[in-house]
Amino acid sequence: MAYSVPHLDGEQDPQFGRSDARGWPMWEVFVRQRRGMSHVHAGSLHAPDAETALQHARDVYTRRVEGVSVWVVPSSAIVASDPDEADAFFEAIEKPYRAATYYEIPDEVGQM
Amino acid sequence: MTTTSERTSPAERFQAIIDADEKIEPSDWMPEGYRKTLIRQIAQHAHSEVIGMQPEGNWITRAPTLERKAILIAKVQDEAGHGLYLYSAAETLGVTRDELVELLHTGAQKYSSIFNYPTLTWADIGAIGWLVDGAAITNQVMLTRTSYGPYARAMVRICKEESFHQRQGYEIMLRLCNGTPEQKAMAQDAVNRWWWPALMMFGPHDSESTHTNQSMEWKIKRISNDDLRQQFVDMTVPQAEYLGLTLPDPELRWNPERGHYDFGEIDWDEFWQVVKGHGPMNRDRLEHKIKAWEDGEWVRDAAAAYAEKQQARRAASRTGG
Repeated sequence: MAYSVPHLDGEQDPQFGRSDARGWPMWEVFVRQRRGMSHVHAGSLHAPDAETALQHARDVYTRRVEGVSVWVVPSSAIVASDPDEADAFFEAIEKPYRAATYYEIPDEVGQM
Repeated sequence: MTTTSERTSPAERFQAIIDADEKIEPSDWMPEGYRKTLIRQIAQHAHSEVIGMQPEGNWITRAPTLERKAILIAKVQDEAGHGLYLYSAAETLGVTRDELVELLHTGAQKYSSIFNYPTLTWADIGAIGWLVDGAAITNQVMLTRTSYGPYARAMVRICKEESFHQRQGYEIMLRLCNGTPEQKAMAQDAVNRWWWPALMMFGPHDSESTHTNQSMEWKIKRISNDDLRQQFVDMTVPQAEYLGLTLPDPELRWNPERGHYDFGEIDWDEFWQVVKGHGPMNRDRLEHKIKAWEDGEWVRDAAAAYAEKQQARRAASRTGG
């Protein structure tokens, strides 16, 4: 189901960011699709503790055998790079000699 | 070294990402209007999934066979899952789950009007899967290409599951249409009641839809209301013909010049009445939702208390106390 409800006259934007909002902590869910593959981020959910988070992760993200293994990690434990600093942080673009295609190998040598 | 970030403003970088058809991610800078529009739309979408469990849940205890009952439970569970994916996507924009739940309960945020119609017979479960989920898929396939990454990813996941929803609905209709005259009449009655509300799901005409342009510019929305509605009609008419059912619109006919079906005008008075809260089920749906939330409070509290106790116990055993 999907659809956005049309605006009504006088509709106001709700205020967000109330500090008294309580609730269960958030967890990030990683699912291994098949043996031999990495766990990949599937989404997030709320749960009071790790065991319940695992249970919820199964119910929310693997209802159709999408995986053979699930990890849950507290969202607060994720440390992320700053997207605004991405250019400086991921400097490899300045070092094309790190790429295989930088080197020219004569055709006669064949596939390398 | 000169980097892109030193040369351009955040607003320019945002626009460059949109222009390049790439996705905006939660930690990117975004205009306040973009954030607000997304929170509103994703929250409404999430609320719709959650409220959408009610009309179908209404038939779980009365499904005609054990298999149909198991299927319906799976479908209703999917709707809950879809709500959760979407709430998670909304939360990446800086709102909390509790705030969103409260905004639904106070009526400050709405859900799709389609759920303010009652499910009177078993055929309604078929009609909802076929028509309502069919309309939803049309909308949601477009939204897999929306410009906000977490929303687009939630849509990809949801679309895979909606396909099951629509097919199971159509199969219910097929079974009824191949059944007794009474069963076929029940299927026809359900279509008579759900066809127009399904068309209303796409929203007002483009000419009346004041916020569509901005949403299209931001690539939140990629196809206009009227174009999506036309897509849905063109897709559904042959499916109705196969069932041998009549869609309740005397003006519905193929237009060879346009290469599309022409169809009649929606009753916009009814549309606005239901949006404003005066549909047949608006009050029941919200009351039921609030009751379920309040009845579940002790479970949430108990789970939180248990988690706290376990944590304290672990901390105590670490310090040897």
